[in-house]
Amino acid sequence: MKNFEELILPKELRYAKDHEWVSPTAPHRIGVSDFAQDQLGDITFAELPAVGKTVAVGEEFGSLESIKSESSLFSPVSGTIVAVNGALEDDPGLVNREPYAGGWLVEVELANPADLDNLMDGETYQSRVKESL
Amino acid sequence: MPADRVTPLHDRHLGLGATMASFAGYDMPLWYQSGAVREHLAVIETAGLFDTSHMDVVIVSGDAAPTFLDYAFTRNLRSVRPGRAGYGAFLREDGTCIDDGIVYPLDGSRYGIVLNAAMAEPVAAHLRTLPGADAVDVTGPAIPLGKIDIQGPLAFALVRELFSDESLFGAFPYFSFRGDFDLNRSDIRLDDGTPAVLSRTGYTGELGFELFVPADRTGAVWDRLIETGRDRGVLPAGLAARDSLRTGAVLPLSHQDIGPWPFRNHPWSFALPLAADGSFTKDFHGRDGLAEATDAAFTLPFAGFDQRRVEAADSVVLHDGREVGRATTVASDMAIGRVEGRIASIASPGRPDGFRPRGLACGFVRCDREFLPGERLVLKDARREIPVEIVRDIRPDRTARKALRAAE
Repeated sequence: MKNFEELILPKELRYAKDHEWVSPTAPHRIGVSDFAQDQLGDITFAELPAVGKTVAVGEEFGSLESIKSESSLFSPVSGTIVAVNGALEDDPGLVNREPYAGGWLVEVELANPADLDNLMDGETYQSRVKESL
Repeated sequence: MPADRVTPLHDRHLGLGATMASFAGYDMPLWYQSGAVREHLAVIETAGLFDTSHMDVVIVSGDAAPTFLDYAFTRNLRSVRPGRAGYGAFLREDGTCIDDGIVYPLDGSRYGIVLNAAMAEPVAAHLRTLPGADAVDVTGPAIPLGKIDIQGPLAFALVRELFSDESLFGAFPYFSFRGDFDLNRSDIRLDDGTPAVLSRTGYTGELGFELFVPADRTGAVWDRLIETGRDRGVLPAGLAARDSLRTGAVLPLSHQDIGPWPFRNHPWSFALPLAADGSFTKDFHGRDGLAEATDAAFTLPFAGFDQRRVEAADSVVLHDGREVGRATTVASDMAIGRVEGRIASIASPGRPDGFRPRGLACGFVRCDREFLPGERLVLKDARREIPVEIVRDIRPDRTARKALRAAE
């Protein structure tokens, strides 16, 4: 397991309590944090929604299957899925290796941009992770 | 709840940055920094090092020990040749399973028994209730043991460097061993004088050894193995890779795939003293119970068609839409995939160029009737349904039985 010092938790992203991140400026991508991928272990399969699906805050939009368990993905924002990371089909390990780059999950068009204000900023999320370790 | 116990290698796991979890009352590594997928693949391609010091050892001794254990254990020990060990199970009178284990005949009147974690006490307590128990001693090893499993094609090269006596490795087939579980009596020693037991067994299906050394020497031996393996792609490997590897090798996990239900109708019939006509060739504790359990469920290996799994604990098995059983293990063997419908491994001779499978779901189902290899079932949990096929074997082209010299 990574120490807090080894975790990369970018300040500029917004975070949900379930460890999903959202980019605050368009395109609004969603992924899981370095902390989350480290806890899950090697991801072996990403089940993601189809483009065009609408999601609401807190709604399950997919799951990540790791070598040991399966975890639900909850949407941190409301909106429409406009893109899905197809690279994960061949290489789900991207979620582990590049959680903020090649390992993004979906891209959403926000229904309510104010949803972003209800998420944690980077510093709040960092201190929350630090407390949980 | 009491704190978890630790093995002699606990500080090594923490130092290597392992993700730890509680297993059978021990704080054990789930995976190290390279992750369970790479650890799984290392055991197929190079080698993996496993801390298995949580496993238990019992010694049964006395002039009556051969007769006593032949009755207590399912395996016919009279057919186990000198220098060899036998896999089998300890059953209750009703034929249900307490634990599986490997019995090592040490001399004419002493046996070492390697059991699962925390099982020495319950198995010893059970043995003391059996006929003839008064005439044998059931104890633990005189010197506390640590244990490291070295598994994979490079296992021989790694282990060989620990010993200076090359003659040790002549005629060393699968399920043979050297040394004595009372280490002060062991006639094999590492080149630095550490007494040991070296067994050509394992829980991965791949060529390898289980190495027993004194608990207080285990850290030094582990450090040497890590050091000599480092430049050859050898990785320390945790419980997650151990579980996915053993599943692909069609090996049961005690208390999960075998347990408190009749020990029959499963892929491990070699653990029973069966004659060709299905009758038993010796008497053993639990025999009558097994014979009477004619409606016992069938435990069958399956493989899926991609890497998607269901949660074993929450899943049901469907046949033509009707519930016929439960999954006991659902794992991902990351070294296999399907090529034109057939399962191939990254070690299969005829694999396509650059074969990098995404893994296949596989495991065991326990059903109320028998299904034959090739029959299709569906595993269903709250999230999804996955089609699976009953199979005879899961990961092809395993190396556990290969000759040592052929492995070089």
